[in-house]
Amino acid sequence: MIASQFEYLKQYLKAKSGLVLTNEKQYLVESRLLPVARRHGHAGLSELVQAMQKPGSTQVCSDVVEAMTTNESFFFRDGTPFQHFKEVMLPAMLKARADRRTIRIWCAAASTGQEPYSLAICLKEAAAKLAGFRVEIIGTDLSNEVLEKAKNGIYSQFEVQRGLPIQMLLKYFTQKGDLWQINPELRSMVQWRKLNLLENFSSLGSFDIVYCRNVLIYFDQPTKVDVLQRMAKQLPSDGYLVLGAAETVVGLTDAFRPVQDLRGLYQTAAAGAQGVVRPRFQVAG
Amino acid sequence: MKHCLVVDDSSVIRKVARRILEDLSFEISEAEDGLKALTACRERMPDAILLDWNMPEMDGLEFLLSLRKEDGGNKPIVVFCTTENDVAHITRAMRAGANEYIMKPFDKDIVEAKFQEAGLL
Repeated sequence: MIASQFEYLKQYLKAKSGLVLTNEKQYLVESRLLPVARRHGHAGLSELVQAMQKPGSTQVCSDVVEAMTTNESFFFRDGTPFQHFKEVMLPAMLKARADRRTIRIWCAAASTGQEPYSLAICLKEAAAKLAGFRVEIIGTDLSNEVLEKAKNGIYSQFEVQRGLPIQMLLKYFTQKGDLWQINPELRSMVQWRKLNLLENFSSLGSFDIVYCRNVLIYFDQPTKVDVLQRMAKQLPSDGYLVLGAAETVVGLTDAFRPVQDLRGLYQTAAAGAQGVVRPRFQVAG
Repeated sequence: MKHCLVVDDSSVIRKVARRILEDLSFEISEAEDGLKALTACRERMPDAILLDWNMPEMDGLEFLLSLRKEDGGNKPIVVFCTTENDVAHITRAMRAGANEYIMKPFDKDIVEAKFQEAGLL
């Protein structure tokens, strides 16, 4: 692939998905796009980029975007965000939404579904406390292919062994040959939508908890700011935003502020301004 | 440093497991069947046991059932690691007192994740 083609790919991905491709990421391009090239009958990346530039190349183009933006995901990835869900966010919402009895959760980069399903499992485990509550989980992703997989909820033996305790596998999955499918009861707890975070998402409505992990890292500064500011508008002042371990809002926007002592959790600036009491969290030990 | 006994009749698997677990800061000893593992445990009870199912002399399940009856035999955290990957086998292992279960083939990520689930890391 010549430099001008890499440049084209960079511009294209930036415009379509917000993905910022630096020159050091060339290896990533090769490992992700060679299979796409072969699938479309092209010898290499050069031919693939040429094909993208021809009229009527919608399918090739969307396959390229999908391949470049798909991320690995595990059940209960990083642990803490789910502990915070069970111990902080859910109890806070059960109290704050006692009248409305509805809690809305958005997984903004749901990928192959492990994150929303991990939350669904947490909800199932807390079912007794949730009696009378309606909890909605919306999983969105840019890629049709991963959403399809997420919807089916079928995972390989490798995937179900990273992050998922064996007891949960036995309890919430059904074995299908060498694959494992999450049970219909949990599948029905999540709704799926194709969504590009660069586009307007206000039609999704207001959410009490938003998980947006490990996606902002792919965006450049102005895009991060834009996405965060639009997300702030979808959250009530006592709602929570959850970012990935390597991400922060600090230095990007005043729309959110970190929740004290709870790494990865953020609330809208309005929460601080109105003096909303944050849940107290005691560190064990 | 925590001590992990790796029980598998394949020397290749023992070597792979040893390398992964040493990277996770475990002290490793090895046994090639359930009977030898039981002798090893009587001499020195480990903190963790990575346990194959199908082995000559005494298989993993028999070993686990015997271990749990031993003095101090409830202490080790036992993680099965076997090609047996059906619900029936997994259920039997858990009922026999296993703490976690790895379905082969495994890699470092899986061992690390499972040892974390089991509270060993």
